[in-house]
Amino acid sequence: MAAPQPINVEDLNIYYGDFLAVEGVDVQIRPRSVTALIGPSGCGKSTFLRTLNRMHEVIPGAYAKGKVEINGENIYDSRVDPVNVRRRVGMVFQKANPFPTMSIRDNVLAGVKLNNRRISRSAADDLAERALKGANLWNEVKDRLDKPGMGLSGGQQQRLCIARTIAVQPEVVLMDEPCSALDPISTLAIEDLIHELKQEYTIVIVTHNMQQASRVSDRTGFFNIAGTGKPGHLIEIDDTDTIFTNPANKETEDYISGRFG
Amino acid sequence: MSTTDLESDSPAPQTSSMRGSGRRVGDSVFSYLSVGSGLLIFLTLAAVAIFLTSESMPAVIASQEFSGTSEFSLIEVTLPLVYGTVLASAIALVIAIPISIGIALFISHFAPRRLASGLGYMIDLLAAVPSVVYGLWGGIWLVPKLEPVYVFLNTYFGWIPLFAGEPTAPMRNLASASVVLAVMVLPIITAVSREVFLQTPRLQEEAALALGATRWETIRTVVLPFGRGGVVAASMLGLGRALGETMAVLMILAPGATFSLHILEVGRHNSIAANIASKQAEASGVDMSLLIFTGLVLFVLTFIINALARWIVARSGPKS
Amino acid sequence: MSSSTSVQAPPTVRSSDERRLPWYHLIFTGLAGLLVAVAVLAIFDALSVASAIMLGFGLHLLFGWGYSLLREGPRWAMDRLMTLLVIGAFAISMFPLLSLLWEVISRGLTRAIAAKPTPFSFWSEDMSGIIGGADAGGVFHAIVGTLLITLWASIISIPVGLFTAIFLVEYADQGWKRTLGRGVTFLVDVMTGIPSIVAGLFGLALFIAFMPDQSVRMGIMGAVALSLLMIPTVVRNSEEMLRLVPMDLREASYALGVPKWLTIVKVVLRTAIAGLTTGITLAIARVIGETAPLLLTVGMVTSVNWNMFDGRMATLPTFINQQYRNGNANCMNETVTNPVNQEVYACSITTNIDRAWAAAFTLIVIVMVLNIAARLVSHYFSPKLSR
Repeated sequence: MAAPQPINVEDLNIYYGDFLAVEGVDVQIRPRSVTALIGPSGCGKSTFLRTLNRMHEVIPGAYAKGKVEINGENIYDSRVDPVNVRRRVGMVFQKANPFPTMSIRDNVLAGVKLNNRRISRSAADDLAERALKGANLWNEVKDRLDKPGMGLSGGQQQRLCIARTIAVQPEVVLMDEPCSALDPISTLAIEDLIHELKQEYTIVIVTHNMQQASRVSDRTGFFNIAGTGKPGHLIEIDDTDTIFTNPANKETEDYISGRFG
Repeated sequence: MSTTDLESDSPAPQTSSMRGSGRRVGDSVFSYLSVGSGLLIFLTLAAVAIFLTSESMPAVIASQEFSGTSEFSLIEVTLPLVYGTVLASAIALVIAIPISIGIALFISHFAPRRLASGLGYMIDLLAAVPSVVYGLWGGIWLVPKLEPVYVFLNTYFGWIPLFAGEPTAPMRNLASASVVLAVMVLPIITAVSREVFLQTPRLQEEAALALGATRWETIRTVVLPFGRGGVVAASMLGLGRALGETMAVLMILAPGATFSLHILEVGRHNSIAANIASKQAEASGVDMSLLIFTGLVLFVLTFIINALARWIVARSGPKS
Repeated sequence: MSSSTSVQAPPTVRSSDERRLPWYHLIFTGLAGLLVAVAVLAIFDALSVASAIMLGFGLHLLFGWGYSLLREGPRWAMDRLMTLLVIGAFAISMFPLLSLLWEVISRGLTRAIAAKPTPFSFWSEDMSGIIGGADAGGVFHAIVGTLLITLWASIISIPVGLFTAIFLVEYADQGWKRTLGRGVTFLVDVMTGIPSIVAGLFGLALFIAFMPDQSVRMGIMGAVALSLLMIPTVVRNSEEMLRLVPMDLREASYALGVPKWLTIVKVVLRTAIAGLTTGITLAIARVIGETAPLLLTVGMVTSVNWNMFDGRMATLPTFINQQYRNGNANCMNETVTNPVNQEVYACSITTNIDRAWAAAFTLIVIVMVLNIAARLVSHYFSPKLSR
C-alpha cells in the first residue's frame, strides 16, 4: 500500500446557488490522524466536510470551486467520478441511518451489495466480521446478524454505520457530528472507537462539543462566520493542545472560552 | 488486531485512480427514462388536446355558426347539454356538501378516536364502488324508492319552480341522477374536508374549550372558519368529478334537451358525458365529430373547475 | 326556570357537570320520536319503514333539542342538536353503501350461485348463443376482457407513472429539470381531472385518426384510454411514497460510493416498495371499474376474445351496462331455444337484470379484494422508518 499522503485543500470556495457559503479554505489534513472541526452553527464546517467527498453535490444548488487533493489527485478534476471519490472517502452522519430494509449483516455489506458486486459467502462473512470488529460492535451483535439493523440502540446503530463505512475500505472517514444524537455512554464508545480507527484511517470530525474535540482529535480547526449572509472562514488550524490552550487568533480564544457560539 | 487484518487481507483499491467515465451507463439510462417519462406526460396531454380539437373540427366547420349555411347549430346542440350537466352537478353538490361536512366533522371531532380511522375507511369504500354499479343500484333500486318523495315535493312544494311540472313514473329524472351523483362525490368532499378539519391548530381549539365553549361552539368559531377554504376546494373537486361522471346519468336519466328548471320531470335534460356514451355507437362522420366537440367542451369545463379548486387550495392552504 | 328542582338548587354550587344530561337520554328521545312518528303516520295512513325512520329522526332531533333546552340551556341544546345532526349525516352516508351491498349480494351472489345449467357456471360460461330471456350464460368472457385490458393499462401506466414519480422526486431538483418538474406536476393535476368519457374519446380519436376503418374497436384502445386515467393516480401515489423515504438513506448510500441509479433502485424503491404496491394496487382498483371509456373503445361481444389487437372485447362494467339496458326479457313461452345448437333454456323475465347484478357482484368482489390487499400490504410490509 502506498504511503498515505495528506489531504491538500487549496483555495476552496463553496456556494449554494449564488450564495458564497464558505470562502478560501487552504488546509492540509494529516493522514492517519484525527482532525476536528469546531465553530458556531452555520459557520460552514459541515458544508466544508461534505466537499471532501463531494457529498455536497447531493444538495440542490450546492457546488465547490477550488482544489481538494487526495493522494495527489484533485477530486474536482473534471475526469474524476464522484462515485469513486466516495468509495475512498467514507462518511458517517449526524443521525444514525442504517437501511431499514436490511439486516445487521446486510447493512455492513451494503457498500458491496448496493453496488451489485459479487462476493462469495465466506468472503462476505469475513468482511462483515472484520468491519463489525473494527467498529467494536461484533461482540454485541454476532448472535443476531440477521435481525434488522433498526432494532439496535442509537449508539449501536451509529457504530453499525461506522462498520458499514469501513467495510468499503476507504482511506478517509468523515464524521458529521456523529455523537450529537447519542447519550454519554454511547458517545464514549464512539470516541474510543475513533481512537482506534485513526491507526488505519484519516479521520475528519465535525463536532459542536469542544470537550469532544479536545478528547479525540490531534488537530483542531476553527471555523467562524462574520455575520448572517457572510461566508464562513477557516480561522485557524493547529495542534489540538495549542488551539485549546494558546490559540493564535482572538476569535478562537473567544469561542473556546465560551464568549460566544 | 482486527484493523491489521483489514489492511493485510484486502486488495487495495485505494491505489487506483478515482477517475471514471463520469457518467455511468446505468445512471444515464435511468436519467433518460425518468426525464423521458416526464416529457411523455407533456406529450400525452398535448396529444389529448390535439386529437380532441382536430377530430372536432369537422363539426365546427359544418356548423351554422361557421359556414352559415348548414341547418345544425353547434350552440343549439351543446348548450342544453352544458345546462343539464351543470344543473345535475349543482343539485348533487347541494345535497352532498352539508352531508359531507357533517361526516367530516363526525370523523374528525365527534367520533371516538379509536373508531375514527375505521369510519373513514367506510367512507373510502363508498368511493371504491364502480360508477356502473351505482348506476345499476340507482336505476333499479333507488328510483322507485324516490317516487313518493317526488310526489310529496311536487304536491306540496310545486310552487317552487324546481319541483314544478308533472313528474311521471318511472322517475328517471334529473333529480334521481343528482341523488346518485351526490352519493358518488360524497367521499371526495368528505376526505378533503376531514383532512382540513384535522389540521385546525390544536391550541386554538383547546383555548376555545378552556373558555367554556361547547364542542359545537368550538367548531363554529374555530374549526369551520379555519376549514372554509378547504371545504370550498373540496366541493370544487367534487363538482369536477360530478361534471364528468357518465354512468350514473346514462343509466338513470331519460334524456331530453331543454333548458327546463323542472328537475322532477322526465325527459327534459341530459349531460354531455351521458350524451356521448349513448350516441357514440351509432355516430360517425360529422356526428362523431360533434360528440368529440362536446367532449372537448366538457374537458375545458372540468379543467377550469379543477384549476379553480387548486387555486383555492393553494391560497387557503395551511402555511407551514 | 321552569322545573321546580332547578329553582331549589342555588346556581352557584351547581357545577356544569351536574347540569349536563346523561347520554342515555338520547335513547328516550329517540324512542319517543319513533313512537310519535309511527302514530302520526298511522293516522295519515302513510306508514312505512323509510318514512317512520325519517320522521322519527326528525322528531328525535326536535325532542332531544327541546329537552336539552329545558334542562341544560340553549348553548348545550345547540351542541346536542349538532351532535345528532352530524351522526345523522354519517348514518345517511352509510345507507347507500349498505343497501347497495345488500342488493348486490342478495340479487347478484344468489344468481351467480344458482346459475344454470350448473351452479357457479356464471363465472365459467360466456354469452354465446344466449338469446331472449334464456336463463343461462355468464361473464367468463367479460372477466377475461376486464383482466386483459386492465393488465395492459397497467403495463403502460406503471412504468410511465413510476418513472415520472422518480423524475419528480429524484431528478427535478435544479435547473431546467426543476422547471420541467413543475410543469409535469401541473399536467398530472390536469390529467387527474380528465373526465373518464373524455379519456375514452381520446382513445377513440387517437385510433380512428390512423385507422382506415372508423368503426374499429379493440382491447388496446381501451387500455390506452384507461392509462390516461391510471397514470396520474400512479404518479401521485408513488410520488407521495418516494418522498416519505428519508433523505438520510439516500445520503448513506451515496456516501458508500453507490451510483445514483443503484441508490434509487436498491434503497429508495426498496424502502418504499410496500407503499408503492399499495398505491399502484389502488390505482388498478380505480380503473378496473371504469365503464365510460370502454363503452367507446372496446364495444361488446358475446364470447371470449384473447386478442388485445383485434376485435371487440367484453368487460364486466360494460356487460353490466348492457344487461341493464336490455331490461326485462319477453317470455312468450316457458323456454327459449338456441337456433344454432338447439339447446333449450328456461325463460326468465328478469334474466338480464339478474345477470347485471351477478356481474356487479363479481366486479365489486374484484375491486374490494384489490382494496383490501392494498391495505394489508401497506399494513404488514411497511418498513419502520423511525425507531
